Amino acid sequence: MENINAKYVSQKISKTRWCPVSYSSLQQPEVFATGSWDNEDNKVSIWSIGNHNNSGLEDGFEGDPQILCEHKHGGDVLDLQFLDQERMVSASSTGAVTIFRYHPNTHTISVLQHWARAHSYPCDNAPCTALVCSSPEIVTVGEDGRIVVFRADQEGAVRVIGEMRTRMLPPHKESSLKLSVVFVRECRQQHNSRGDLPKDHGGFDGDRAPLHCVDRHPNQQHIVATGGQDGMLCVWDVRQGGTPISLMEAHSAEMWEVRFHPTNPDHLFTCSEDGSLLHWETASHSEMPSFLQGGRNSSVISHGALTPAGGNRPLSSAWLCGDSGKGCLETTHMLPSQTMSVNSLDIIGQCLVCGTDGEAIFVNRHVPV
Amino acid sequence: MEEVDVEPTITNIPALRRGKHMGFAWGQGNIFVYETLFKATGATGSGSPFIHEVRKDEDIYSPILRKLFNESHHIFVGLQTIREDLPSKNKKPQFVSISKNYRSVIRACMEELQQVAVSTKNAEMSVQYGNQVSILLAIELIWNLCEVLFIDAAPAGSLLLHLLDWVRLHKADVDEKARDVLQSDSPAEHRDYWDVVVSYVLQGRLDEARQMLGKKATLTPAANNIFKMMDNLLSKMPFYNPGGTQTLTEFDVKWRHWHEEVDRCLQDNSFASNQHLEVLCKILLGDEDTLLEHKDLLGTWYHFLVSRLLFCHPTVKPTELHYYAQSCMTMFLDSRSAPEPLDSILLAAFEFDIHQVIKDCSIALNNWWFVAHLTDLLDHCKLLQSHNLHFGSNLREFLLLEYASGLFTHHSLWQLAVDYFDHCLEFGRVYLELQIERVPLDTERKALKVLRICEQRQMSEQVRSICKIMAMRALRNNRLGSALSWSIRAKDAAFATLISERFLQDYCAKGTFSDLDLIDNLGPAMLLSDRLTFLGKYREFHKLYGEKRFKEAAKLLLSLMTAKIAPRSFWMTLLTDALPLLEQKEVIFSADQTYELMFCLEELTSSLNTPSSDSDKSMQEEDVELTKVELLRLALSRNLAMAIVKEGTVET
Repeated sequence: MENINAKYVSQKISKTRWCPVSYSSLQQPEVFATGSWDNEDNKVSIWSIGNHNNSGLEDGFEGDPQILCEHKHGGDVLDLQFLDQERMVSASSTGAVTIFRYHPNTHTISVLQHWARAHSYPCDNAPCTALVCSSPEIVTVGEDGRIVVFRADQEGAVRVIGEMRTRMLPPHKESSLKLSVVFVRECRQQHNSRGDLPKDHGGFDGDRAPLHCVDRHPNQQHIVATGGQDGMLCVWDVRQGGTPISLMEAHSAEMWEVRFHPTNPDHLFTCSEDGSLLHWETASHSEMPSFLQGGRNSSVISHGALTPAGGNRPLSSAWLCGDSGKGCLETTHMLPSQTMSVNSLDIIGQCLVCGTDGEAIFVNRHVPV
Repeated sequence: MEEVDVEPTITNIPALRRGKHMGFAWGQGNIFVYETLFKATGATGSGSPFIHEVRKDEDIYSPILRKLFNESHHIFVGLQTIREDLPSKNKKPQFVSISKNYRSVIRACMEELQQVAVSTKNAEMSVQYGNQVSILLAIELIWNLCEVLFIDAAPAGSLLLHLLDWVRLHKADVDEKARDVLQSDSPAEHRDYWDVVVSYVLQGRLDEARQMLGKKATLTPAANNIFKMMDNLLSKMPFYNPGGTQTLTEFDVKWRHWHEEVDRCLQDNSFASNQHLEVLCKILLGDEDTLLEHKDLLGTWYHFLVSRLLFCHPTVKPTELHYYAQSCMTMFLDSRSAPEPLDSILLAAFEFDIHQVIKDCSIALNNWWFVAHLTDLLDHCKLLQSHNLHFGSNLREFLLLEYASGLFTHHSLWQLAVDYFDHCLEFGRVYLELQIERVPLDTERKALKVLRICEQRQMSEQVRSICKIMAMRALRNNRLGSALSWSIRAKDAAFATLISERFLQDYCAKGTFSDLDLIDNLGPAMLLSDRLTFLGKYREFHKLYGEKRFKEAAKLLLSLMTAKIAPRSFWMTLLTDALPLLEQKEVIFSADQTYELMFCLEELTSSLNTPSSDSDKSMQEEDVELTKVELLRLALSRNLAMAIVKEGTVET
């Protein structure tokens, strides 16, 4: 916790994303993008926390984020994703989807492509609530209840899927070939957009609270974590739909983002409206099944809902151990004190960045994973 | 009405022409001004079609000052959560550190503004930034003094030390000059050399003064002994050590001895050969005329005050301060006629008149930030008597409410204001209730955040109103499911009924339901309104039918009609839905159930047969109705027959 500094940036941050680093070079990420909301002029900005060789930049603390460039953005930034190392896509509250290109040499941002009314009502603007990219395709969902697929190099929409009538959740990337989209509201259905029509893969009866965020385990694609309006963290096994494997009281208010660590998926991060950012760690790593290890003190109430069906408990999916008696989860607060709502977080390697409604960005470069 | 404290300032509206009359309306934190149609004699020309917005407080729109608001909000919230049960002497260091936090935030903002002011190319902006920097400087000066006098409340002895620190912090040009001098080739020959030495002595930085003097001493070996004498005097000057064992009286005695020694040196004309050293000696004695000769080095009357106290009366007590302050100010400022606002504020602080300080600051500054936070801190230190203003709340609450209301006018900073209202016990909640409804709700996410704020504080009226706004918006865009979910969240039965009606109408028109997944998973929320329950149950009927669980579907359908959950207008549709069940090969409805169905049908047709007023119903519609009824009757009778037979059959 000593390694985390607040940087006040005069804009409420709705999304923060690390710029992807190439996996071959094992470096830590140095550049991140932020999107603002609730301003009269919203902006998409690029920041750097690396050691600066340029003499032109002010030297603050080591690791203090310095702004490299920014670009104005019409409407609130409701979602932001990187397509590749130089291009990022933003979803706006005006219903527009924009691709920006960041030029690292000149430190400027330019607009590559702009779809102004990707989502709209007949007489109004419909905010585009979330998007997911799998280069070169971009899938967006909006409050008008439609899923639209764009290609980065084409002008118009490639495909518009269905008139879904419920509010949409951030879609989630499954693999480069198919994109699966998960819907929100009191039920969940998974739609596979391989064909033209979405196929119903079965519904989940769930808790009645609306969901705000979802993330899929990077290696074991059947494990999904969700967070919703009541602040409960639920872990589901998609193969055995119906009820969540475990339900944990994580936060006292809406949970805005949940993220598995991309390379070390025993770690999970959640951030919420109540101003806290939690780091969840499961106790596995060893060959021993987790139920044989000594129980660790769990600081969280875990309502074990189901034991996984089938005889053998898979060894490495510690997320599926729902029994509170085994105590396989440990939680830590990552922010020094209660701040205003933490809207977004991103984690790569050991670097965590998050943005809050208190107009502050927190960067932690030494997350213990 | 009471008299005004200061003359109101006049603002010219540039776009409105002279001679025209202005009309105005109050907004939130601003005034809208427009040209009226009133034509004064001689006025010509068409009117201006614009509305002008006049805003008093520009600071909240400055991006750099926003950081001040956010960081100080964080500190404010932390201050409120300090536990009340600790005795106040344990809390003092905490309050002092909070005060220092506030000040460091002000300084950080000031530095950033300074950088921008220097680097910007726009001359007008540069001037504006410069103004903001000087205001922040003044604020920090006042805050620091308040911290020394009120919060830290240093007793005699350490009071002077704190005041020395205060002055040193706000007179940074000494260090710059010293740096210049030291970096030159021959420091002792530099033209500013003696200025630096005198400034050091005036600020009580005697070690540095001695170092500087040493340089001169090496240059002029002839005058070595008088430099040594001066060095001796400087090194022997006693400074009070608050943590030490020496009491104040002992220190006083020691200091008097030293003072007499210096006096003797002066009387002996020891320093007559070097006029600079003689001046230094006189300063050490606290000679007012000599001090006043160095007005340009002192810069301000409060520096003069502190220097004078240092060399005349280092054991000054807090209660004695204001005598010295008043006299110093008059001595220093005799050329100018009226003191500036900053001077009168500082004087009020030296007089320990907290209320006057706050009042003068409120008038001088255009933003309530400073007075609100300072008053809050002083209130926590229990320094403000509960001075009740004539509209009920106390001073702290009044200022916080004003500040927070100002924040609420900002499109983004309104979220900070919520916390401020929370900590105003008397009127905060009411203010919040009124203000929170006026936050514009552009996206669902913002509405969710506002709702969370209202729900946490049990403001059910506001929750209902916000949900209704969002639901109406969804309804306008034909998103019935979204509208329904908003009304469920608000527990608004009337609205839920309305939306269920729309759903049902949609069904009648299109034959399918929209937003199936929402209706399927209503759960206990179904009981919110009758119509909603019917909708849910009806959808369940369809599901059962789809799963071919006909018996249960039939039972459900019947119960919908007999339990009177279904609206009368829908019964025809329900009966028509029953048709395929009646036509099945297998008998689904029992005899009793069929009787009930028939009863329902008769009820329905009897109400239809009453002379209907709408004679413009076309012949075809009536035909269709009649055919339907006939079909139903036929199906029902057939079913009845089969059911009687089936029930009467004895299984062998």
